[in-house]
Amino acid sequence: MTITMPSVSLMPYLPEIILLVTALLVLLVDTVWGDKRWLVWLAFLGTLVSGVAVWWLAQGPTLQLQDMLTADAYALFIDMVVLIVAAISLLLAYDWLIEHNEQQGEYVALLLFATVGMMTMGAAINVVTIFVALEILSLSLYILTGFARERLTSGEAALKYFLLGAFASAFFLYGAALLYGSSGHLDLIGIGQNLGTGGLMAGAGVALLLVGFSFKVALAPFHMWTPDVYQGAPTSVSAFMSVGAKAAGFAAFLRFFQVALAGSYAQWGPALAALAVLTMTWGNLAALRQESLKRLLAYSSIAHAGYALVGLAAGNSLGSSGLLFYLLAYAFMNLGAFGVAIMLEKPGSGDVMMSSLRGTSRQHPLLAATMAVFMFSLAGVPPLAGFFGKLYVFGAAVEANMAWLAIVGVINSALSAYYYLRVTVLMYMRDEEAGEEEVAVSKPPVLVFALVVALFFVVIVGLWPSVWMQMAQQAALIFG
Amino acid sequence: MELVLFLIFGFLALVGSLGVILSRNVVHSALFLLLNFLMLGLLYLVLGAQFLAVSQFIVYAGAIVVLFLFVIMLIGSESVGDFVSKGRRVAAYLGMFLALFFFAGLAYAVGVRVFLPPQGAPGFGAIESVGKLLFTEFLVPFELVSILLLVAMVGAIALAHQVWPAPSREPKE
Repeated sequence: MTITMPSVSLMPYLPEIILLVTALLVLLVDTVWGDKRWLVWLAFLGTLVSGVAVWWLAQGPTLQLQDMLTADAYALFIDMVVLIVAAISLLLAYDWLIEHNEQQGEYVALLLFATVGMMTMGAAINVVTIFVALEILSLSLYILTGFARERLTSGEAALKYFLLGAFASAFFLYGAALLYGSSGHLDLIGIGQNLGTGGLMAGAGVALLLVGFSFKVALAPFHMWTPDVYQGAPTSVSAFMSVGAKAAGFAAFLRFFQVALAGSYAQWGPALAALAVLTMTWGNLAALRQESLKRLLAYSSIAHAGYALVGLAAGNSLGSSGLLFYLLAYAFMNLGAFGVAIMLEKPGSGDVMMSSLRGTSRQHPLLAATMAVFMFSLAGVPPLAGFFGKLYVFGAAVEANMAWLAIVGVINSALSAYYYLRVTVLMYMRDEEAGEEEVAVSKPPVLVFALVVALFFVVIVGLWPSVWMQMAQQAALIFG
Repeated sequence: MELVLFLIFGFLALVGSLGVILSRNVVHSALFLLLNFLMLGLLYLVLGAQFLAVSQFIVYAGAIVVLFLFVIMLIGSESVGDFVSKGRRVAAYLGMFLALFFFAGLAYAVGVRVFLPPQGAPGFGAIESVGKLLFTEFLVPFELVSILLLVAMVGAIALAHQVWPAPSREPKE
């Protein structure tokens, strides 16, 4: 028997291939180079080159790799967001890696592999590819979560994440199998054309896939792992996965619902809206009571997943582009907030308690001001990136005749302002209590640089949102 | 002929699954599970799906049961001995019911296959068709899986690597 191998051009996968080669180089070079600092810079260079490849692909016509992967404007937009996240996360991790870890090579390589998984999720147009990409991404993150080997909480978080994540993957697979059974197709367009009105089997398949996606982007009630994992993981990893995994998860989520299920919006629109309300409210209410900064940011990330889901639930083009814009804006502000947490955390503890924030502004006024900007942006205060993200997704809800959803979102934003402001208030207004020790802060130059970059973009995206929104609209055009 | 084979293998599979939930010793349970997996593999063979059968042998019977045994050895099989308390009896009966249910389903599926003309495409589930699909239609995901395996390998090495200082934990009794 002869098998004719299909002739494929790997060009649409070029950005990912560049990162893969970089990751392999890092692993190789790790064994011979004595100075591990260069590994991070090598990986950083890899993300830049990959970014150039993304830009180059964006100039030409849309390429596609069988009916598995595509390099359309949507995939390239996600590539851009994920690459920015990866580059900043590498810088955030730099000093922690040099000082507290002896496995820099593996850390950097796994971070790059996770990035490849995220980019592949954005590019995947077939349920099988989405699943494999999801597993590449998840497996890398499980391991990275356990990288703070000096703390037992890190290992506990990794195990918890792994067990629940494997469970969620099984849900996803069952859903995919049922969808295949009812439509006879695995590619998203084929599913969309053959699903028809669905029926019980297709409905169950979509519901199970929804559970799988919800777990990955931490939607209530599938978010239980989030606080423990974000708290236990090394802070640089929490930063990376809170934005990267969310962007990648929402990328596949949005494409799946807009391409494969475009015909049955009437059924899933209200369900997603309900899920969004539940997620926002649950995340915000739980965040109110947190005494650990990392847990607070974890619950805040759940709430933000809820806001982003509003864009998906709206189901119109403003919702899609608003969601993409939201992912970009959220990446900068959340990376920044976690970056400040890295600066404030005491060596070995891996966390920052709210009480230890008191009086930060006295000793470190610039740091406190930076954190305040990130907090205001997360809360959605006008001239910053976070405000426009919310404006677009809530606007989409109004456009889709779901004004009630937008109102719930705005009420939730007001609720969230309480705990974001509480962080700021603690830093600024309270005097140091007698006997309180000095706020120990390490300010290594690379970390400062990463924070400055994040701060710059939070302000820039907020001041000129139309530039970024146009890119997002361009990307959302593929949904027609 | 097929029916006879099915009855033998199916019966042994049922014995295996009953043994898993009824035996007091966890190691015995794992071995009964192995019996069950092997018989299921033989059932696949009867159905004409050689490739599925071989995967069943290698993946489930080979890898997964060995993994189970490793975990049991790590925990220590004595400490798990009193795990099956009276409170678990309900779970055992429920499991038995599910196993019977599963057996009935299998019996139905195979019965359909025995008494009705075959419905699947020729070569369904055989290694040729699976291989052909993997190298043509599903080439891209197939290659992507290699990245996944690489990640797993790097991760296993990273996690197993001894680091300083060892995390503090209570001394073992």
